[in-house]
Amino acid sequence: MLRQTGKRLITAIPSLIGVIVVTFLLTRVLPGDTAAYFAGPAATPQAIAEVRAKLGLDQPLPKQFVRYVRDLAHGDFGTSLTTGQPVISDIASRLPASAELTLLGLVIAMAIAVPLGILAAVRQGSLIDHACRIVATAGVSLPVFFTGLLLVYAFYFLLGWAPAPLGRLDVFYTPPPQVTGFYLIDSLLARDLALFRACLAPLILPAATLAIFSLAPIARMTRAAMLSVLASDFVRTARANGLAPHRVIVTYAFRNAMLPVVTTLGMVFSFLLGANVLVEKVFAWPGIGSYAVEALIASDYAPVQGFVLTMAVLYVLLNLAIDLLYGVIDPRVRIEA
Amino acid sequence: MSGAMRMEPGAVAAPAPPAKQTSLLSHARHVIGENPVTGLAFGLFVLLALCALLGPAIAPYDPLASDVAAKLQAPSLHHWFGTDEYGRDILSRVMVAARLDLGIAIFSVALVFALGGVSGVAAGFFGGWTDLIVGRIADTIMAFPLFVLAMGIVAALGNTVTNIVIATAIINFPLYARVARAEANVRRDAGFVQAARLSGNGELRIVLTQVLPNVMPIMVVQMSLTMGYAILNAAGLSFIGLGVRPPTPEWGIMVAEGAGNIISGEWWIALFPGAALMLAVFCFNLLGDGLRDIVDPQRRT
Repeated sequence: MLRQTGKRLITAIPSLIGVIVVTFLLTRVLPGDTAAYFAGPAATPQAIAEVRAKLGLDQPLPKQFVRYVRDLAHGDFGTSLTTGQPVISDIASRLPASAELTLLGLVIAMAIAVPLGILAAVRQGSLIDHACRIVATAGVSLPVFFTGLLLVYAFYFLLGWAPAPLGRLDVFYTPPPQVTGFYLIDSLLARDLALFRACLAPLILPAATLAIFSLAPIARMTRAAMLSVLASDFVRTARANGLAPHRVIVTYAFRNAMLPVVTTLGMVFSFLLGANVLVEKVFAWPGIGSYAVEALIASDYAPVQGFVLTMAVLYVLLNLAIDLLYGVIDPRVRIEA
Repeated sequence: MSGAMRMEPGAVAAPAPPAKQTSLLSHARHVIGENPVTGLAFGLFVLLALCALLGPAIAPYDPLASDVAAKLQAPSLHHWFGTDEYGRDILSRVMVAARLDLGIAIFSVALVFALGGVSGVAAGFFGGWTDLIVGRIADTIMAFPLFVLAMGIVAALGNTVTNIVIATAIINFPLYARVARAEANVRRDAGFVQAARLSGNGELRIVLTQVLPNVMPIMVVQMSLTMGYAILNAAGLSFIGLGVRPPTPEWGIMVAEGAGNIISGEWWIALFPGAALMLAVFCFNLLGDGLRDIVDPQRRT
């Protein structure tokens, strides 16, 4: 098992190298002269040359690349011009907010989409099946920022159930003492139920927005996987042997249908991490997505590059985790690998 | 030799096309009959195309003209979709924006169709180094969350509409390259390719005249399936302030402009452009599904 894990870890390396090369190229094709940009608008040619030498931009590209990788290895992502802080500490302090939102969105989506997909497959052609198809088609057509705004209008303006979309926690509360960085978990660890509720309230709408967005592929894949498993020989045998229907579906069919669903998660994460940026903008969520958007508007490039790199590395790691999970679920993969 | 070759497919094909065409037509009719939603999607498409082509001519107001006296008006007979905070007519802005939104999507899809199609077919047909390089490029793009990569590309290349088109094309590249590669790979040693090779055709000629035409139908379906995604992606980028700049009417940026007003109850500013966006994406997704059913019945889901 350890050797398999090691082999899988190695397969992630080409992806990581690709990601680093691409982000490096993105830093080097900045519009205009990077050195002139960092030196500021009032800089003399001499000052620009100095900055160029300091940033290593007068060196040949391969040398610049080595320097770039060395900086990354030391956790140096540059400094944000707007916050004045090193990009890496900005990102580290904002990452938990994004992670909490994205993961909760995914959990909600799974909790709805998987049962929906199973029911649609079991009762093929029924009302639930049609509902599943509508959800799947509508879900991929809805722009995620638009869904978010509709939810805000309905649940904040009309019904008044949700708080204003203005961040992670109402200003009257102080955040729980930091343990995991996830407010929900930290507030529970602090045994403060009132604070837990205050942390949950602003989280529900953005998480629901992300969930609506990622429902579609999960539901569609669950349905398709269940359909093909339900048509297979071992399910027919199980049925012929007189096993109870729920037993056939849950124990026999569902476990096998989970495999393609887990594979789809990789694609779902690609969507989620992108949608996250838009949702954070709509709900003024203090995560890394809104950090990158603010930096983009201020033409502050170091945070944007740090953000792209962080997201890509996270995504590679998530895919790796999904691969490993796949091996845990399906023993056959372990043997073949 | 080449004369015989030219004659041979002609002789076989002569009776075939009419039969194939009628069956395709009846199949199309069958698909639309079974799935009236595809017909609805086609109607929507015509409406969108009309707006894109004639938008500025048929819009009731000037999309850029502000009228402070008539600002933030709810939908009424004068302004069907209401007015925004500068008093601009939202219906006109939504109609005029169709050209820009569809234009970005069409150009990016055409770009990736050419790039992905050519490199995918080359990879699938020639294999070896070509396959390795194309595969590596596609894998590297897929290693990023795609919208995030698009943000990074637009930030690096410069904040313009052209770069939104390029970024949208790049993030769709792996999809096209893979489909084209798989289709070309299957046909690399197919009977008709072998026959063409035996008749003395060069490899390049075989790719262009035998393989490429066979890969086309699937690629066209792919185009209409990714149009919706391209529109969503471009609108998402302009929603966060990339590419299109105000006061240019564009659906994504119009939703962004109306986002602040949602909290105070002026829902129409964001709703109508958002709904237009949603309908456009919905329309292309349905059309793509319908087209796939017609072209490639085996891949139906």
